[in-house]
Amino acid sequence: MPRSLQRWLPRTAYSVYILSMSIRHGLLALLEHGPRYGSQLRSEFESRTGATWPLNVGQVYTTLNRLERDGMVAQSGEDEAGHALYAITDTGRSELRSWFETPVDRSSPPRDELAIKLAMAVGAPGVDIRAVIQSQRHHTVNAMQDYTRLKAQALAAIESGGSQERDDVAWLLVLEQLIFQTEAEARWLDHCEVRLIRLAAAAGRETGTAAPPAPVTQAPAAAAGPRRPRPD
Amino acid sequence: MSERLSQQPQSSQPPVLQLQQLTRVHGSGATEVHALRGINLDVFPGELVAVMGPSGSGKSTLLTIAGGLDVPTSGRVIVENTDITTADRKTLAALRRRSIGYVFQDYNLIPALTAAENVALPRELDGVSARKARGEAVAALQEMELGHLADRFPDEMSGGQQQRVAIARALVGDRRLVLADEPTGALDSETGESVLALLRSRCDAGAAGILVTHEPRFAAWADRVVFLRDGAVVDQTVRSQADSLLSGQAAEL
Ligand SMILES: Nc1ncnc2c1ncn2[C@@H]1O[C@H](COP(=O)(O)OP(=O)(O)OP(=O)(O)O)[C@@H](O)[C@H]1O
Ligand SMILES: [Mg+2]
Repeated sequence: MPRSLQRWLPRTAYSVYILSMSIRHGLLALLEHGPRYGSQLRSEFESRTGATWPLNVGQVYTTLNRLERDGMVAQSGEDEAGHALYAITDTGRSELRSWFETPVDRSSPPRDELAIKLAMAVGAPGVDIRAVIQSQRHHTVNAMQDYTRLKAQALAAIESGGSQERDDVAWLLVLEQLIFQTEAEARWLDHCEVRLIRLAAAAGRETGTAAPPAPVTQAPAAAAGPRRPRPD
Repeated sequence: MSERLSQQPQSSQPPVLQLQQLTRVHGSGATEVHALRGINLDVFPGELVAVMGPSGSGKSTLLTIAGGLDVPTSGRVIVENTDITTADRKTLAALRRRSIGYVFQDYNLIPALTAAENVALPRELDGVSARKARGEAVAALQEMELGHLADRFPDEMSGGQQQRVAIARALVGDRRLVLADEPTGALDSETGESVLALLRSRCDAGAAGILVTHEPRFAAWADRVVFLRDGAVVDQTVRSQADSLLSGQAAEL
């Protein structure tokens, strides 16, 4: 499975947030398979997540230092090539177990630029909120198309059964998370648009003015023209 | 995958379907509804186009006209070089039977026929021998993992199973144009996905497809997503540059 491609995947604010929360635990999970050195951890982390959230070696060593300070990993000699190896400790193991057992916190949502943008677009002079919604929908659905193509590739790789199957499955799960995430956004945009249309229609009825929201692009003039007899 | 990527619409290949300045007005006078207002759309061999839009935006109208089941008020519908708005009935009937596969939300299975007979019917109408048609039907059902239902009648199957039989029927034989209106409606998420994968693989094999859906996750299987509003195309996605990366690397797979 080609990996360099995945660097193309957008790094959203959300993924950066997830990343900072989970590098520690991600590294612990990898160390549970046995002692490893820094750049080895980096490449294993990336192959599990399809490099959706690229790490640099500096981040890995910073995180290892903190884990060592907190007693969750310990240095454990060197391999033949002289790489300093790290091993998980019992404290680290119990931390890892409780990470798997504890749900990820969703109660303090990360700041979402899109939600803020739409909130600000409501009633903003000179802003066509339906155009704002459509341009976001375009972008979101386009991203979903790309994720879906990558997913089809991952599925094909899994079906053809390769040596990297575990990585491909892990990558598939990450891609599907991105697909469901973007899907939720697309659905929410649909919902916002329908709600705004209803509210505008209700407001129009109250003031007695017909107030359908302006279309994003004007329908071609011909469309409004008189009925043409059907050619027979 | 590499096969799919090599099947991208080639400008050298003419579109399977062309909609030109298509309009459709339902009713007249005070009750007049402009369901379509000047739609232009070309669908090329190998291409799957998803059509999205709010309820009432004209998606089903577009699909039924594209399939020759309804006629436009004005404009042209060209399927494989034949203008079906002016074609004689015989030509139209043959085209509908041979070239076009439909999946509609109400599955339209014939209650008196078994699953295999339903799927075989369009092929038999094409003049394929009953035996060959039955063989193709069973193969199509197996492809949808429905082989065990071949001899059941529609009222002996769940809604989702009936829907998949209807899809098998739409895809049996060599359909050049596959039209699907909310084909995943009655299906759970996983089954819906398998329907999309099947539709995708048909297009990868060279068919042209239009998929109407409310589900962004299913629309994402398409090469292009067209957004309708009030009977007009307001926007559409194009394939991103990720493609060049993908096609460059497909060889590594
Ligand atoms: N036979 C008909 N007579 C009158 N109006 C019709 C007829 N068929 C459709 N319409 C109107 O044409 C418009 C487009 O309908 P259409 O069924 O194409 O919408 P749609 O996008 O498929 O909606 P949905 O998502 O709800 O299926 C609607 O306003 C509908 O009420
Ligand atoms: Mg419809």
